[in-house]
Amino acid sequence: MRFSLFITCINDTMFPRTGQAVVTLLERLGHDVLFPHEQTCCGQAHINTGYRREALPLLRRFLRVFGGTDRIVVPSASCAGTIRDLYVQLAEETGDAALQRDVADVAARTFELSELLVHHLGLDDVGAFFPHRVTYHPTCHSMRVLRVGDAPLRLLRAVRGMTLVPLPDAAECCGFGGTFSVKNEATSLAMLADKTAALRTTEAEYCVAADNSCLLHIGGATHRAGAPIQMRHLAEILASTEQAVFA
Amino acid sequence: MSASTEPFRTGRALPRFEDVASTALDNAQLRRNLGRATTTIRGKCASVVGEMEDWEALRDAGSRIKAHTMATLAEQLERLEASVTAAGGQVHWARDAADACRIVVSLATRHAATEVIKVKSITTDEIRLNNALQAAGITAIETDLAELIIQLADEPSSHILVPAIHKNRTEIRDLFRRTIGDSTLSDEPSALAEAARLHLRQKFLTVPFAVSGANFAVADTGAICVVESEGNGRMCLTLPDVLVTVMGIEKVVPHWSDLAVYFQLLPRSSTGERMNPYTSVWTGVHAGDGPQEFHLVLLDNGRTKVLADQVGRQTLHCIRCSACLNVCPVYSRTGGHAYGSVYPGPIGAILTPQLLGVEDADSLPYASTLCGACYDVCPVKINIPEVLLHLRGQIVERQRRGLGTHPYGAAERAAMWVTGWILQSRWRYELAQRAARIAQWPFVRHGVLSRLPGYGARWSRARDLPAVPQSAFRDWWRAR
Repeated sequence: MRFSLFITCINDTMFPRTGQAVVTLLERLGHDVLFPHEQTCCGQAHINTGYRREALPLLRRFLRVFGGTDRIVVPSASCAGTIRDLYVQLAEETGDAALQRDVADVAARTFELSELLVHHLGLDDVGAFFPHRVTYHPTCHSMRVLRVGDAPLRLLRAVRGMTLVPLPDAAECCGFGGTFSVKNEATSLAMLADKTAALRTTEAEYCVAADNSCLLHIGGATHRAGAPIQMRHLAEILASTEQAVFA
Repeated sequence: MSASTEPFRTGRALPRFEDVASTALDNAQLRRNLGRATTTIRGKCASVVGEMEDWEALRDAGSRIKAHTMATLAEQLERLEASVTAAGGQVHWARDAADACRIVVSLATRHAATEVIKVKSITTDEIRLNNALQAAGITAIETDLAELIIQLADEPSSHILVPAIHKNRTEIRDLFRRTIGDSTLSDEPSALAEAARLHLRQKFLTVPFAVSGANFAVADTGAICVVESEGNGRMCLTLPDVLVTVMGIEKVVPHWSDLAVYFQLLPRSSTGERMNPYTSVWTGVHAGDGPQEFHLVLLDNGRTKVLADQVGRQTLHCIRCSACLNVCPVYSRTGGHAYGSVYPGPIGAILTPQLLGVEDADSLPYASTLCGACYDVCPVKINIPEVLLHLRGQIVERQRRGLGTHPYGAAERAAMWVTGWILQSRWRYELAQRAARIAQWPFVRHGVLSRLPGYGARWSRARDLPAVPQSAFRDWWRAR
């Protein structure tokens, strides 16, 4: 099958290895990956901060770049959620019926990586090998916007050599929330402190999630504290094999 | 109510959420009390909701009934007025808080009341009825245990359902020793309840004038309903000669059978009970049984303005269960006072700015990470994150027109405009990636940015940021 990769601006700029892992993994599974070069950003930060007017050209741009019929794979639940949920609301607001149709079409073709693998390709075991102690943080938008359910956990459970340990109060938000992390610095840090305390109890070497933005937030605190735990995107774990340790 | 909470006054902006929140977060005792209480109630609610196989269908029904009611609100209210009047009640229409207070005060004055007993009601807190009564020389006596506690402490409520959630029992014992109990009072819950019971029982038996809110009102029959846990409501609704109910206009439902849906949704979402202990329903006046004079005050106070907003109007579906407060990662750490209003938590973050006007509460829609936990538990499926974003959009549009001031306004607007422009072009975007790699160098130490300038300091005071790597994913893709 052929997939168009929407890498997202954060992954493209800050976490290139996540994108490399998605390509490696999907090609290993026998699929073709396209990368439409004109892509930039979905505009989530603009919508979430209230700048809907600035977001609209980015929505239209996304529709142009990802026209056609390919399924779109996104290694970020939050950005996939922007296309599936926020774009629909934004288009509705314009009252433009053609735009609403185009958004509905692109939303129906957009998938976060784990839901694509488990719910649409029917895979649990992608042949990964990762001999480490790992805990999984279910990001808010993966659970409550996309409803990926246990898809990431099913993929992780099938990884060979891995010890998967549960994270206490896993469903609790890490406190990132985009500009929330700076506008409401104190509240954000209180949430983050509880998340890192929960992580500490797992004694895991790696914290895995479907969103690098949340991992950037959590990792920002663990790195500052000198904690030994490392942040890893799910794709990088799944891309790892006995022959080629990715992460 | 203390003077520290004065919402629902036009022309007076609320304190900023983040300022009050950071003070609250410094209070370790408050955080322990809140953490313990919200964790307990979350667990109880989740377990009784989990045992309902048709919970999603019930939520859908609860949402549909409210949506239909809002679409036909004028008709439902006129039907309610007709049926309440036919049953011997008197209906009053209040445009705003001042109107409603004037009506209740004049009724109390007409009956020469010096004291009124009150059933817990957030609507009467919203209109600051107790202050209005006090100004007329009438003492309002709160009879719900938690309401009594915060009234004795002269503090505003911090939770919709359990207004004294921020206090633990030792703090309550000390308060009771100072006010209604004696110095030997212990902090056993049963002893505290007994002290309150002795104090209140005497009031129930002697005060002939009561004020309540309403959970539901049935347009078909004129039946008014209050659900509660302690029985104080039942006392207030049956013992006095005169009963005045102040009700927001959104509380009406068309049919008696609609209550079957909400009687299942409400207790499971609010107290985590399968059924609440006391459900009182009354219809007008009955000779020789209960209050002989019944007044229903229908309050607008900004609600029709909310109704006019296509996205915001779902906020009026709220049945005040407080499930969204208990699951909210922000509320469960800051508590309710940071929200500056009688409606705290996620529902307050969308209701208060709409009732007051976003200009007077423009920090509240930003007091959320958009984690979505509130939408997930809402028994009437209010899409709180959607409304939060809608209100953020309104705030930004106001600023664009030069209205309203926002502490981050100018810098944020510039940043959003510039990034929006950059991201509309691949060429500009790739140039910005290269520029970021160069511009970060003064701040990079050992591969991370630990001290960011300006606004970024709010991130980097407690969090590192990895340095932007030297090549982007797209560079790798091009080279392969």
